[in-house]
Amino acid sequence: MFTRHERLKSAYDVVIIGAGGHGLAAAYYLARDHGMTDVAVLDQSYIGGGNTGRNTTIIRSNYLTPDGVKFYDESVRLWRDLSQDFDLNLFYSTRGHFTLAHTDSAMRTMRWRAEVNKHFGVQSEAVDAKTVAEAIPMMDLSCGGHGPPVLGALYHAPGAIARHDAVAWGYGRGADRRGVEIHQETQLLGVELEDHGSGPAVVGVRTNRGRIATRKLLCAVAGSTPGVLAMVGLRSPIHIHPLQAMVSEPLKPWLDPIIVSGSLHIYVSQSARGELVMGASLDPYELHSTRSTLDFAESLSAHLLELFPFLSDVRIVRQWAGMADMTPDFAPIMGKTPVQGFYLDSGWGTWGFKATPVCGKTMSYTVANDQDHPLIRGFAFDRFAHYALTGEKGAASVGH
Amino acid sequence: MNRLAARPGEWIDRSQRIAFSFEGHAHHGYQGDTLTSALIASGVRTLGRSFKYHRPRGALSVANHDANAIVQIRRAGRSIPNQRADLLPIAEGLEAFAVNTQGGLARDRRRHLDRLSAYLPVGFYYKAFHSKRLFPYWERLFRNLTGLGAVDLDAPRVVTPKRHEFADVAVIGAGPAGLAAAVAAADAGAEVVLVDENPRIGGSATYALASETASAQRVADLIGSVTSHPRIRRFVTTVATGLYADHLLALVTQDRLLKLRAGSVIIAQGAFEQPAVFRNNDLPGVMLASGAQRLMHRYAVAPASRVGILGANVHAYRAALDARAAGIEVSVLLDLRERPGPQSLPLAETLRAQGVRVLNGTGVYAAHRGGSGDIDSIELAEWREGAWRRSSANAIAVDGLWMSVGFAPADALLRQAGAVVQYDARACQFVPGVLPPGLFACGKVNGVFDLDARVADGQRAGTAAALHCGFESRSCFGVGAPDQETATHPYPIVEHPEGMNFVDFDEDLQLKDFANAVQEGFDNAELLKRFTTVGMGLSQGKHSNANALRVLAQLRGMPLDSIAQTTARPMFQSVPMSHLAGRGFSPERRTPVDADHESLGAVWMPAGNWRRPAYYRRDRLTREESIAAEVRALRGGIGLIDVGTLGKIEAHGSQAGEFLDRVYTGHFGSLKVGMTRYGLMLDESGVIVDDGVIARLAPEVFYFTTTTGNSAALFRELVRLATWWRMPVSLVNLTGHFAAFNLAGPRSREALARLTSLALDDAAFPYLGVREAKIANVPARLLRVGFVGELGYEIHVPSGSAAEVWNAIRTAGADFGITLIGVEAQRMLRLEKAHIIVGQDTDGLTNPFEIGADWAVKMDKPFFIGQRSLAIIAKNAPRQQLVGFALEPGRYAGIRECHLVIRDGDIAGRVTSVGQSPTLGRTIGLALVTPAAARDATLSIRIDGGAQVAAPIVPLPFYDPAGARQRIDSGGARS
Repeated sequence: MFTRHERLKSAYDVVIIGAGGHGLAAAYYLARDHGMTDVAVLDQSYIGGGNTGRNTTIIRSNYLTPDGVKFYDESVRLWRDLSQDFDLNLFYSTRGHFTLAHTDSAMRTMRWRAEVNKHFGVQSEAVDAKTVAEAIPMMDLSCGGHGPPVLGALYHAPGAIARHDAVAWGYGRGADRRGVEIHQETQLLGVELEDHGSGPAVVGVRTNRGRIATRKLLCAVAGSTPGVLAMVGLRSPIHIHPLQAMVSEPLKPWLDPIIVSGSLHIYVSQSARGELVMGASLDPYELHSTRSTLDFAESLSAHLLELFPFLSDVRIVRQWAGMADMTPDFAPIMGKTPVQGFYLDSGWGTWGFKATPVCGKTMSYTVANDQDHPLIRGFAFDRFAHYALTGEKGAASVGH
Repeated sequence: MNRLAARPGEWIDRSQRIAFSFEGHAHHGYQGDTLTSALIASGVRTLGRSFKYHRPRGALSVANHDANAIVQIRRAGRSIPNQRADLLPIAEGLEAFAVNTQGGLARDRRRHLDRLSAYLPVGFYYKAFHSKRLFPYWERLFRNLTGLGAVDLDAPRVVTPKRHEFADVAVIGAGPAGLAAAVAAADAGAEVVLVDENPRIGGSATYALASETASAQRVADLIGSVTSHPRIRRFVTTVATGLYADHLLALVTQDRLLKLRAGSVIIAQGAFEQPAVFRNNDLPGVMLASGAQRLMHRYAVAPASRVGILGANVHAYRAALDARAAGIEVSVLLDLRERPGPQSLPLAETLRAQGVRVLNGTGVYAAHRGGSGDIDSIELAEWREGAWRRSSANAIAVDGLWMSVGFAPADALLRQAGAVVQYDARACQFVPGVLPPGLFACGKVNGVFDLDARVADGQRAGTAAALHCGFESRSCFGVGAPDQETATHPYPIVEHPEGMNFVDFDEDLQLKDFANAVQEGFDNAELLKRFTTVGMGLSQGKHSNANALRVLAQLRGMPLDSIAQTTARPMFQSVPMSHLAGRGFSPERRTPVDADHESLGAVWMPAGNWRRPAYYRRDRLTREESIAAEVRALRGGIGLIDVGTLGKIEAHGSQAGEFLDRVYTGHFGSLKVGMTRYGLMLDESGVIVDDGVIARLAPEVFYFTTTTGNSAALFRELVRLATWWRMPVSLVNLTGHFAAFNLAGPRSREALARLTSLALDDAAFPYLGVREAKIANVPARLLRVGFVGELGYEIHVPSGSAAEVWNAIRTAGADFGITLIGVEAQRMLRLEKAHIIVGQDTDGLTNPFEIGADWAVKMDKPFFIGQRSLAIIAKNAPRQQLVGFALEPGRYAGIRECHLVIRDGDIAGRVTSVGQSPTLGRTIGLALVTPAAARDATLSIRIDGGAQVAAPIVPLPFYDPAGARQRIDSGGARS
């Protein structure tokens, strides 16, 4: 699927840091749509080894802000055709997505999201408890008497899951076939900048396998973003928080839709292999580590059993964590930066997977044309300096 | 049928016969049997079907991780999926069924998948069935094929309490090394907990040393020392499944989770015996020699009657001797090594003397199945010209094949805790290098296999672990001699053109699958794992990761030490969710007069962790009518609201005022004693996060309220800020200590006057004043507030006296028609007054300027949280603005909160609050809209179904804009 290149060339038109879904998607569309194939994708580890391979694979577009809804809706549209594009089965499975509301204020937020979604033609409905009970009859809407009962939900029919690793492989293979070089186990050590009076500009990068000259550098490294920004002398309001997840042993299929509860801080779906893939909200503290904690597994289990008591005997096989690059407004940072030739695709926090295709599309456009794609203008780096924020907290915080 | 004569140390109790069934057939076993041991004793060797090809499979390790012997059980009316047969104790009446079959284990209708395997290569599902039209059908088929056991949707919640434990030294694994470590640490003075997953301690010595009398005696002595030691506690039948930060161990027993915090941790979990790879190495009857030994010595079960042994170490020879001693014929012992080591040679002679064929430099080329589906013969392989080749020798008839070709260290906990391992070419296994502080390893995880060396290694680790906790040992232990023979073969893998040589039994991965994966570029351990799913099955790679790494190294032509392993993560063994969940505490807080609300007809709603009356049920009135009645009663007379759920915090100290100046937007350092002021709290980006009323009780004492939902988090944050800023401020969370009632309405002053000697006239107790006085003889704090837009008093009293005060207020107010007011009416009352609710009338980006709260923001202060951001925001054009709208009296248009405001086809905002005002007789509401929309005369609101309603914008507040209701004299309050 991929070619192993023994050595780096001394120069590339574009260097992409991060061989996750985002970096590889950008490489793929640069080659396919913009004819740019002199591209190197570098990764300190292996293809899809960061958050692409750690997320819980939920794809949805029921966001809160117009910028968010339009952006993710385009992403979902791209997702649907990706398997055929790649000639690779991504197990893109449309399951429907319920965000449960346990309080009247949560119901208000659901209605808000539904109204904004429908305005942009995205299928979302605020539904009552009866509808939820009919759709998920095995769920205990009373939450076992622990805490507030389910009053209703936001139902988003296009909600889907996909095989996350395969997304990176599909983009990687497509890019590889078109001449892009993927260099795994290649670590970025520094970025070389020059300033000829019009501000700093990228002229090359240093890696553990040698120097590369390039004038276009795309950074798509999620939890490692602050480190790369420091190399080019930029600061962002990104904070790194761990996000944990866990998976059960395989079970025969019983759960079709994706279930999210903001009040219980959980989400769960059943994978094609039959495993329950589960997660919760971010760890509340900043930490640059992918360690797991026991209290995560404990509280997630406790909350999950409130909705699904019959899972008591089901066993947890594995837990893991990723580093989420969080922004203050829960929206990403994308596009050009004050450093000429340095393009950023970051701030993806806990919701980057679902945006993979549209990020690749828009970032490849931005890199090829040195101009921000219209869909990402709400996510500009300088919005924090101007306080022109894009508030997705209400839709992004637990739903991922 | 295959039960051996009683033997010393067996784990079964033959006096207790237990009847159970498997696949609908009745069987029996004894107390102490697992399902696997009892079934094999009854002559049942096929225990399950494999994950992908549905091949029949039997026992492999009998060590609690046989992923092909998974059953669904019925017990006490519950159906439980995915139980491990080699771990599951049999119980009277137990009904077990193999998972992952269609129509039963014997007649599984999916068994033909085995023959289709050539068409189902590794990752085949990525390459097929992905047209958008066909995928849904294929997916349904695929999902039903996978998935092992079925969950019983009617099963009840199992509630299992947890336990917390502490120890100086925790020793994980009670084999010889762990036993020695425990004794050494305890002798040094440490309190030791010794953990083992088996019901008895002794580890591999309980099955592997039967032919070594002196060694067995040495271990028996160690067990005696451990058992009698006053400082060693033994936790048996307990699995250490996770080692988390700061030596937190997750220990799992049959019925609970134990959380053990230890000063230091010793990992002595031994090693997993590993299978050899050859064609049909998965047939029932093929198993690990250690598995066969466990069956023989623990359960007195003979897993075969005529066995072949495939070995590459001394353990294979010991297994052969054990088989002979149990009356099992040994057809042949094949040693992969051309030259057996010094420990093996004398045993080989003994076996030969007993007539056993022992062949060196020989392996198994393929196993063959007989009519029953089990193994019936083996074809040999010879080492020629640097490769394994098919031997011309005749096949040998066997009904069992035991493999002892090597081990992989059980180092998962070590690696979870951050130990770095490196490949030791002498031991042919990975061993830990530098260990994090307080973490120790001994025995087979260190690549040490000889008994003396393991004991010495355990003593060393035990002494060091005790020293780490401050216990110095007076003993001095020597270092054990190095192993005489290597226990592990570097490449016990024999290729075969027809495949079916399994590297991973959980996931049905053959040798060729790895070649294909590497060929496709999945050529490092992590990618290989993700593409092939090696190690992702139920046993999490315990029998597959070692060989997979060898195969990968071979395919890439690299030494093993340059191949990075995959990351070790919890859980080491899977854990039921009920154990992790525990009893599932979900605290619900109730105010001191909760029972009164209940008896007075409260309809409850959640408010943070509390419950509050939404409204009080009234005869013959609907919900809406009841709420409207409450509103009218308060506006016309007196209402009483339980507001005890508000956060209540006291700040003390010479800099308390300055502290509040920093966290709230207003001036508080200059607030006069005896007065209150509304406060807004922002985050660093200038967004409103909370509001409340701040009262100054004394020059250095402030008392303030927060919103209900935020109170706990906010208190934590304030404490953090006070610490961070190093300000001498003491913060006390009084949320639960004080009850609070809002007594409001034009007659509230008259009622209150009956309960207190405090002067209540405007001059003595003005609007926004605070007083400390006795109410009904209870010391109270009174805040004159106006949230609901009437003359009103918040009365804060200690929770212990709350009921008295509550009753006294209700009695005093009875003459004025005092009425209880719920949250819904309170919301309407404040809406009429256009007081915002943070989180409802604001969103994740709303700043004070957007809701017209400029007056509450004092930009002239030197600093407050969010000030810098507001200074920038103030220069930008406003993003949105809070406006009020009102429909014509009597018109109801179906406007709901969060309906959108539409302007020129675009979203121009949303309705944040809306309701039918009983006071004004019309629909009123608040909306956050764009500045352009705010300048219009009417808002266009899109309601359910898509119709748009024109709603005229009106000035705020809707009710009593002049604030006259606060200036009503006592006695003149008639509306």
